[in-house]
Amino acid sequence: MRCGDFKTTYTADMTIFESRSARIMLVLFLCVLFSLPLYTPGYLLDIINRIGIAVIGAIGLNILTGFTGQISLGNAAFMAIGAFSCGYLGTKFNMPFYFSIPLAGLITASFGMFVGIPSLRIKGLYLAMATLAAHFIVEFLIVKWESVTGGVAGLTVPTPKIGSFAIDSDARLFVLIFVIAIMAVLFAKNLFRTKVGKAFVAIRDQAISAEVMGVNIVKYKLLSFGISSFYVGVAGALIAFQAKIISPETFPVTVAIDYLGMIIIGGLGSILGSIYGAIFITLLPEILRMATTSLSGSFPELVNKLAAMKELVFGMLVIIFLIFEPNGMASRWHNIKNYWKLYPFSH
Amino acid sequence: MDVTFFLQLFINGLVVGSIYALVATGFVIIYKATSALNLAQGEFLMVGAYICLNLLSKHQIPFWQAILITFAFSALLGAIIERLILRPLIGSHLISVIMVTLGLSSILKALIQLAYGTDTIPFPEVFPSAPVQIGPIPVSQGYLYAIGCVTILVAILTSFFKYSKTGMAMRATASSQQVALSMGISVKKMFAISWAIAAIVSSMGGILLGTIRGGIDMSLSFMGLKVLPVVILGGLDSILGAIVGGLIIGILENFSGGYIDPMVGGGAKEVAPYIALILILMFKPYGLFGKKKIERV
Repeated sequence: MRCGDFKTTYTADMTIFESRSARIMLVLFLCVLFSLPLYTPGYLLDIINRIGIAVIGAIGLNILTGFTGQISLGNAAFMAIGAFSCGYLGTKFNMPFYFSIPLAGLITASFGMFVGIPSLRIKGLYLAMATLAAHFIVEFLIVKWESVTGGVAGLTVPTPKIGSFAIDSDARLFVLIFVIAIMAVLFAKNLFRTKVGKAFVAIRDQAISAEVMGVNIVKYKLLSFGISSFYVGVAGALIAFQAKIISPETFPVTVAIDYLGMIIIGGLGSILGSIYGAIFITLLPEILRMATTSLSGSFPELVNKLAAMKELVFGMLVIIFLIFEPNGMASRWHNIKNYWKLYPFSH
Repeated sequence: MDVTFFLQLFINGLVVGSIYALVATGFVIIYKATSALNLAQGEFLMVGAYICLNLLSKHQIPFWQAILITFAFSALLGAIIERLILRPLIGSHLISVIMVTLGLSSILKALIQLAYGTDTIPFPEVFPSAPVQIGPIPVSQGYLYAIGCVTILVAILTSFFKYSKTGMAMRATASSQQVALSMGISVKKMFAISWAIAAIVSSMGGILLGTIRGGIDMSLSFMGLKVLPVVILGGLDSILGAIVGGLIIGILENFSGGYIDPMVGGGAKEVAPYIALILILMFKPYGLFGKKKIERV
C-alpha cells in the first residue's frame, strides 16, 4: 500500500502524467470538451469561450507573475494591444486570422519586453507601479490614435475566415479558441521542464543566487515578459474576434485585477491553477446572476446590484485565499487528492 | 502667455495637489511603518467622503462635528482592516500584499455602491462659495478653506510624529522593527495606528474633494491611483516628499490640462502624472526625498 510519494529519478519527477489513468482521464476530458458545442446552447457556449480565452490570458500572467515573480498590473493594456493589432491587421491588410493572431501576439510581446525594461533596474512594487502607469498611457494612446484604433468609437473586427469558411458562430469560435488554449497549456507545461522555465523559477526564488549560478537575468526576465505578453496578446486577439467590436472600454484596469485574482485564487506558479482560476473567476458573475435571479422574487432590488455584488465577492475571495490558502485552489486540490491517495497511511 | 489663466491653473493645481498630498501622506505612513503598498487608499478617501455626507445631510450634524465623527470611524476602519486582513499577511510575498489591498478596494467600492448607488450625490455646501479676489484672479473660498485644512492637518501630523510618544514610537518602528521591539514598543499596535492615521488623512481628503466639487461619486476612488506618481516623485518613504510631490503633480496635471489638452483634444490631464511616473522611475527612482536604498536587480 502506498504511503508517500517516493521518486527515485528526475525523469519520474518531471513526468506530466503520473499514471496511465491520468492520461486516459485527460483524453476522456478532451473528448467531452470538444463534444460540448454539439449540445450546449449558445449562451452557455459563449461563457465557455470566455473561459478558454481567460485560460490563455491567466497562464500568460502566471508565467510572468507566478513563475518569474514579476508583478504586472498592465495586463489589460497588453490585452488591448493584442486585440487592436489583430483588428487593425484584419481590417487594413485583410490578413487572415491564422497570421494575424500570432502577429498580434508578437507585437504584444515586443511591447511587453519594452515595458519590462524597467524591471531590470527596479523591482517589486516599483514594477507594479510602472506597469500600472503603462496601462494608463496605453489607454490614452488607444483613444488618441484614431487612424489605427478607431478612437473612442472602437474598431469593428472582421469575421475570421479560412478560405470561404467563416468562423462566425459560437461553436466554430469554440474550436478555434480551445485549439489555441490547448496549445497554450501544452507549451507552458513543457516550458517549465526546460532550461528557460527553470531559469524563470530561479529568478523568482532568489535573483542573486540565480545570477551566481549563471542565469542571465537580463535575458530571462525580458524573455519572461515576452512570452507572457505573447500569451496575453493572443488572448486579446481572441477577445477581439469574440466581441467583434472593440473599444478602449473593453479593457479597463479592472480586467488586469481580475486576471491577477484568477492566478491568486487558482494558484501562483501553477499551470493547472491558472486554469482553475480562469474558470472560477469567469463563472463567478454568472453564478451570482443565477443566484440573484432566483432570489429576485423576494429581493427584487438584487438584480440591479449585480456588478457590485460581483466586486464584493471577488474582493472577499481574493482576501480569503491570500490569508488561508496562499497557494490557491491548485494546491488545495493537490492536498485533497494526495490525502485520499495515501489514505490511511500517509506519513 | 495669459498670466491670469496661468495663475488660475496654478491655484487649481495647488488645491488639487494639496489633497493629493494628504492621501499620499497616508500612503507613505503605511509604507514606512509596515512596508505594505496600500492600493486601497483611494477607497479610504471615498468611504470618508460618503460617511461625512451621510452625517451632514441625513443627520444634520454640524460640519466640524461631522468631520470628527468621520475621523473616528475612519480610524476604526483602518485599524480593523489592519488587524483582520493585513496582519495575517505580515512577512508574505509582495504580490500577496499588493493583491490583498486590491481585493480590499473591490470590497469597499462594492459596499459603497450597494449602499449609495453609482449616481453623483450632491455634497452640502459647507464653505461659503462667493469667490474672493486675490490679485487679478477670483478664487473660490472653498479652495482657500481646503488649503487651510490641509495645512492644519499636516501641522498636527508633523508635531504628532515629532513630539508625541506614540509618534516617536512609530518613527522608531519605521526605522527598525527589531530595535523598536526590544525597546518595548508594541510594533503591532504601531501598525494598527499607522493604518488608522492613513485612513483619517485620506477621509479628510475625501471630505475636501466633496466640498470643492459639490458632489461625490464612485470616481473618487481613482484618487488612490493618482497618488502613485505623487509618492514616486516625492520618494516612497518621505512624508515631506509626499507633500511636495502632491503639490507638484497637482500643478503638473492642471497645466497639462490647460495647455496640452486643447492641442490633443482632452485626456492629457489624466495621463500626464503617469508619464511623469515612468520618467521619474527611469531617471530618479528614489524620488526627490526618498532614501537611496532601492534594491537593484
